[in-house]
Amino acid sequence: MKSMGQTQEDYYRGVRMVPYDLVKELTIALAGVGVLAILFAAFLSSPDVHPVTIATWSQSDPVDFVTTATGELAGTTTSAGYGQPYNSTPDAAQTWGPIAPQVWLGVRIPVDSANAFVIEPLKHASVGDATLGTALTQWQGAASTQQGTWLDNYTKALADATTADGKVSVASGDYGPLPAMMSTLLGVAQTGGLDGLLVITGRFYQTDYTQPLLFMGDGGYLDSLATNEHLTGDLWGMMNETGLYPGQTWLWLYTMWYQVPPFTSDTGFLGLNAGNADLGIIVLMTVLTFLLALVPFIPILRDIPRWLPIHRLIWRSYYSKKTSAPART
Amino acid sequence: MSETAKSAPTGASAASPSSNPSRSWTLRVRQAIDSHLPMDHLLPDRQPYYIGSWVYVFGVVTIAALVWVIVSGVVLSFFGPQWWHDSSVGRFFNSLHFWSVQLFFIFMVLHLWGQYFMAGWRQGRAATWMIGVVIFGISILTAFTGYLSQQNFASQFVALNAKDAMNGAGIGAFFNVLNFGQMYGLHVMLLPIGVTFLVVAHIVMVRARGVVKPIDAEGSARP
Amino acid sequence: MDSPATYLHSGFILISWPNLLVIIGMLVLFAVALVVPFPHGGDHDDVGNS
Repeated sequence: MKSMGQTQEDYYRGVRMVPYDLVKELTIALAGVGVLAILFAAFLSSPDVHPVTIATWSQSDPVDFVTTATGELAGTTTSAGYGQPYNSTPDAAQTWGPIAPQVWLGVRIPVDSANAFVIEPLKHASVGDATLGTALTQWQGAASTQQGTWLDNYTKALADATTADGKVSVASGDYGPLPAMMSTLLGVAQTGGLDGLLVITGRFYQTDYTQPLLFMGDGGYLDSLATNEHLTGDLWGMMNETGLYPGQTWLWLYTMWYQVPPFTSDTGFLGLNAGNADLGIIVLMTVLTFLLALVPFIPILRDIPRWLPIHRLIWRSYYSKKTSAPART
Repeated sequence: MSETAKSAPTGASAASPSSNPSRSWTLRVRQAIDSHLPMDHLLPDRQPYYIGSWVYVFGVVTIAALVWVIVSGVVLSFFGPQWWHDSSVGRFFNSLHFWSVQLFFIFMVLHLWGQYFMAGWRQGRAATWMIGVVIFGISILTAFTGYLSQQNFASQFVALNAKDAMNGAGIGAFFNVLNFGQMYGLHVMLLPIGVTFLVVAHIVMVRARGVVKPIDAEGSARP
Repeated sequence: MDSPATYLHSGFILISWPNLLVIIGMLVLFAVALVVPFPHGGDHDDVGNS
């Protein structure tokens, strides 16, 4: 296999070589970077904000918790209507013309929001609790139109809910068993039981946090904390870090697209808009990354370094010798 | 090239490989390595005089930062995910890992700028540039899985936000950012192996071809 | 270090001061690397690569 171009002997023929100690250079670099990293670590520490639990969520904002849980039953939450890979809600997935990888890859991580986040935990809690058992039976025995009515009424009432001692109260109305169910679920959540139930999902060992994260993501509490720290997508969130720490500055171009048309508008351009921004931006960034890799072959992009005088600064000793002593090669 | 036949191997071959191609694969591998990357090219004590610029230093400093990322990461993985929250020494190593990563990306991008403005891909070095871009991409993925592995508030929100991008592109079906176990395993084993392998290949390619010459004074179009 | 950062907002650009400092620092470092002379360890006039 002939390497592209000449051997090093040919390449450096006629070039003045100077002593250069690579190993010493690496050692100095290791020491220098080490000192910097140790000093930064010692004096500035690192970001480590405690994670939110379902317990802290339900204690800090019980109305948001109950509203979210009600939304899960109603199928109106983000996760309930997400589409692949969690469920097959029609027209929910991001598509760009015929390109629909979200649909193609299918439902690989099935999540039934209403059952997983509300009904199943309540079934666990109803062991030994006859009142709750009755409420659940009433709920599951009701026709879906009846359930819909209860859900509509309760959701509207929650907009004006009040809290006292961590409990949620709404104006009286026709809500069926919902208040009993939600009050129990809230109680389970506030004691930490729901964190456990949603992570463990019947197993013992577990490292998959899909369910509790999706449930918390459906609510407004986590989102409001994230907005304060500028972590949300519409605030260049991908680049940012909690507190005063630098974030991921190298993601600037990736997150920038989320802030500009067509990815911010509903009408968009060439079929790309806010609705399929994630798909569009991933495609765009993949193309741009390929272009970056192929710079050596792309006219103009590969010629810009010649046109800009930056290389003349880097190699000024070479260029000054060329002008003062011609025909050195 | 007159460096062959340094030692006399038993059996046939080796005096002049071109006239007597050896049937020994081992010998042929050794000769291929010797011809493309002999020791004095891998560890030269001389460099062409034109590398006299601080811009050339960004590459080796990036490697140094990567070493600190890996060393601090190994310590973190040894003691496990609770350690860096619960113990002050653990928190210190978490910080060391965080700042080494910052330094790694800072110097890698400076190295990229330098190589771009020097058109470092010239004269048969396009593959070196391309591997560099791949390293950049895989480093971003490694850092991303790292942020997901912290087990703090940022991990939660990064996971919830990023899942939409992964799902939109379809890969969320098998790359589940909400699955800590998967992300952690990728972060501590698979991706660091990838980065290290590619960085070694990148360095070997630089050493094998030598440092690219300055863009010639006339700025001619020769690639 | 855990208090929220201040952000610079100009048009569609929204950047935290820590991030901006990192980017400015990188630009300064690159410029310095371009300009500061690199020490030459003696001037051995070895020509070529024997």
